[in-house]
Amino acid sequence: MQLVRLIILAVTLIVLAIIASRAKLVPGKAQSIVEILIEFVNSSIIQNTLGLREGKRFAPMLITMFFFIFAMNLGGVIPGLNLAGTSVIGMPLLLALWTFVTYVVFGVKKHGLGGYLKHETMPPGVPKPIYILLVPIEFLQVILIRWASLTIRLLANMVAGHIMMVVFIGMTQALLFSGSALIALAPFSGALAIGIYGFEIFVAALQAFIFTMLTAVYIQMATSDEH
Amino acid sequence: MDTSLIAALEGNIATVGYGLAAIGPGIGIGIIVGKTAEAMARQPELRGQLQTTMFIGIAFTEILTLLAIVTGFIF
Repeated sequence: MQLVRLIILAVTLIVLAIIASRAKLVPGKAQSIVEILIEFVNSSIIQNTLGLREGKRFAPMLITMFFFIFAMNLGGVIPGLNLAGTSVIGMPLLLALWTFVTYVVFGVKKHGLGGYLKHETMPPGVPKPIYILLVPIEFLQVILIRWASLTIRLLANMVAGHIMMVVFIGMTQALLFSGSALIALAPFSGALAIGIYGFEIFVAALQAFIFTMLTAVYIQMATSDEH
Repeated sequence: MDTSLIAALEGNIATVGYGLAAIGPGIGIGIIVGKTAEAMARQPELRGQLQTTMFIGIAFTEILTLLAIVTGFIF
């Protein structure tokens, strides 16, 4: 497992470093693919949630996060590695705690400690008695539920997808070698195995997108001005 | 009861628990995506923002199903 994560990290860093160091004004094929991805993350996540000015500040962190999670998730479909880097709890936990520390630090920097708690837990325009219900729930959400849910979402998606692939491939093999009339079912489970394989690639990209987008949304909620 | 019977029962109860937990988010995500499709049909120029909001909504409702999968493994 350590080896898989190390290999994915090394490959990602080396490939992106080579592409970035040979950046020309008129891009070649590899550089234009990376540029399309960066432009996608930049426009659909960062501009839409954080806005232009704040977006520039957080863009390097969010783009790094997106590429990192995408590469780690794709480890599960690469034939030699067979294991997604994010399918043990250490990696998603680390990324979620990174998000947590970032939005708390920037929220406290902008509003001050008491002001930040007041800003997060007491939205304006709510009648007074509801605050008794709302403040503990919002406090719990900020402190615990946001990063825990980010961790579990990434982890469970990767683990479940991996298990589904293993189940269908194992079923195909068991049906083929059973030697009885069940062999007729094997093509269907084989087709399902290939389908889940393609679905895994989609889920890898989607989970990276969702993680990055939720991070951007939390940072925006922490550093937003009062209405 | 010997241990293999208890293990089989636990596995089956965990599966039933997951099946029950998948009803709510299934309906919820269906409602979210349906409303998004409706809104996209009304105002096609807002496609990008509506898609973004839809993905955020799906992430939040999906988390409950994923908690059910994980709980089945922990206990």
